[in-house]
Amino acid sequence: MDRYLLIVSTVCFLAAVVHTIVELRAGVFRPMRFNFFAVGLGFMFQTAFLSVRGHALGRCPLTNLFEVFIFLAWSVALMYMLVGPPYRLSLMGAFTAPLVVLLQGFALVAPIDSRHPVKVPANPWLEFHASISIVAYGAFALACIAGVMYLIQERQLKTHQLHSIFYHLPPLTDLYATITRLLWWGFALYTLGIVSGFFTGHPLPRVQVVAAIGVWLLYAAILQGRHLRWFAPRWVATLCIIGFSVALALLWGIEFTAEMRPLP
Amino acid sequence: MNLFCLGLSHHTADVATREQFTGSATAESILGQTGCAEVSLLTTCNRVEVYAVSQKRVSTDEIARCLVRRIDIDPHDYAPPFYRYEAEKCVLHLFRVASGLDSMVVGESEILGQAKKAYESARTSGAAGPYLHRLFQRAFRVAKQVRTHTDIARGAVSVGSVAVDLAQRIFGKISECKVLVLGAGEISERTARALISRGVRDLRVANRSMDRACELAQAVGGRAVSFDEWAAQCREIDIVITATASETPLLTPGDLAPMLRERLDRPLFIIDIAVPRDVDPSVNEMEGVYLYDIDAIRSVAEQSLALRRQQVAAAEAIIAEHVADFVDSISRGLTRSSQTAGHPSLGENPLRASEV
Repeated sequence: MDRYLLIVSTVCFLAAVVHTIVELRAGVFRPMRFNFFAVGLGFMFQTAFLSVRGHALGRCPLTNLFEVFIFLAWSVALMYMLVGPPYRLSLMGAFTAPLVVLLQGFALVAPIDSRHPVKVPANPWLEFHASISIVAYGAFALACIAGVMYLIQERQLKTHQLHSIFYHLPPLTDLYATITRLLWWGFALYTLGIVSGFFTGHPLPRVQVVAAIGVWLLYAAILQGRHLRWFAPRWVATLCIIGFSVALALLWGIEFTAEMRPLP
Repeated sequence: MNLFCLGLSHHTADVATREQFTGSATAESILGQTGCAEVSLLTTCNRVEVYAVSQKRVSTDEIARCLVRRIDIDPHDYAPPFYRYEAEKCVLHLFRVASGLDSMVVGESEILGQAKKAYESARTSGAAGPYLHRLFQRAFRVAKQVRTHTDIARGAVSVGSVAVDLAQRIFGKISECKVLVLGAGEISERTARALISRGVRDLRVANRSMDRACELAQAVGGRAVSFDEWAAQCREIDIVITATASETPLLTPGDLAPMLRERLDRPLFIIDIAVPRDVDPSVNEMEGVYLYDIDAIRSVAEQSLALRRQQVAAAEAIIAEHVADFVDSISRGLTRSSQTAGHPSLGENPLRASEV
């Protein structure tokens, strides 16, 4: 039953993607209306899905890779809704929707929604640790999206080839400020997630700790480089994309190894 | 009741012909001389158009006679370049004109202000009545909708507007940008004025002749700086407009590299409108530097025009919808008023849908 909510949610995000493609091809793209409502509606169905699943499990729905992907997609949509009107009303919504469709589409198609044979006992610290870490991933995902937008805009300005999309993307300096803001949000939340992991009362698997600290160090280096101006804005944008790809791969690894080992 | 428009535009007549019909007539004078019920006169550098409502047909020659400037010119000689649109075609034409589709630079917005001014002038003089009121008000609404729902007005098509547009794409709010103008020629002045009109407050002018620099700085509301100091100024500048007569490049990657190290996360936008160029083209390869020479600016302007032309079909669709709706609503309104009052409110003959 709860999967239907997720399918409807995915259709909403897909509608935003299709609408964007059609309008961009026709050259009449207006980002603020349809996309915002489609993403908003999709977000509501995502929330309903997580709520239903959470009630069924009696805890935060982060018990398998499927739920992790959906929670991540929800976090991306949440960050998009929170990131602020100047950015939300730009093309960012149109860039956010495909990522959510990819995450949810993959989760729905791949056989990764394995139920635990025994009910997982509730552990507030563990749930806080897992959920806050995924929300941090949402911020990193949006920083990655802003990074893609930055590189597109920068490329067009450098090559003097300005396409229709150029006029709908936010200015370079605004995009860079958004990337920085999202990186700080993600980094703060991720730090909180890592610290809370030590209070779960369970011994932490070494591979997970190493992977989590690896991601933390990666983003710390990006922020440090940005702060000390080691990296030009174009490189910060590129590193946001690389960073999120690495973080996503490691998240998969963490969840995979978590599913391989017996439950505490 | 006939609604019609006739006129001359850049499509049908050269400037020598257009100027023979510009400046002497007013909507009021045409009203008095032709027996039209309502008149509005739209005069711009690219067109002279009369929008009128009359009970009987008024010939093109009659209107042309009112418009002609010199009495020794036979307006009949000028009749061929005059176009004339009746009823629905007149509505369509005004909607296209107000939306900028009929303009020399497709999508330009000045025409909307000029149409508003023309209507306002006709209204205050009593030359425009309820028919033209409804027609022009709808035209303004259509123009607004076309601009909001299509990219017809997107992009810039002159050096000044391209510079402003690109600066906004790079910096967002350009009011906080620091601008340096190198050279005090006419194009630099126009570009500087375009930036000032968008809110730039910190504008510095450097020229080999300090007097000319002071003159330009005073004219545009900036401040003059010594030509020897311009390189040092670049450290804190966001936008450089350069148009000097220098035979060799003033700015090379070697000059810029130390400055860029101090401003890594702040972009530098350089507009080089000098020929020969003032800035070495390889500067564009540097991190965070966006260099546009005159060819690049022309290319951006051409791309903008191409983009606008792509939008014409979408704009025409919006206009067609409004024309049909306007014709329908005006004929329904007249039928209703003739039924309730026993006679048409705006003349003896009801306005037929085929006419408007």
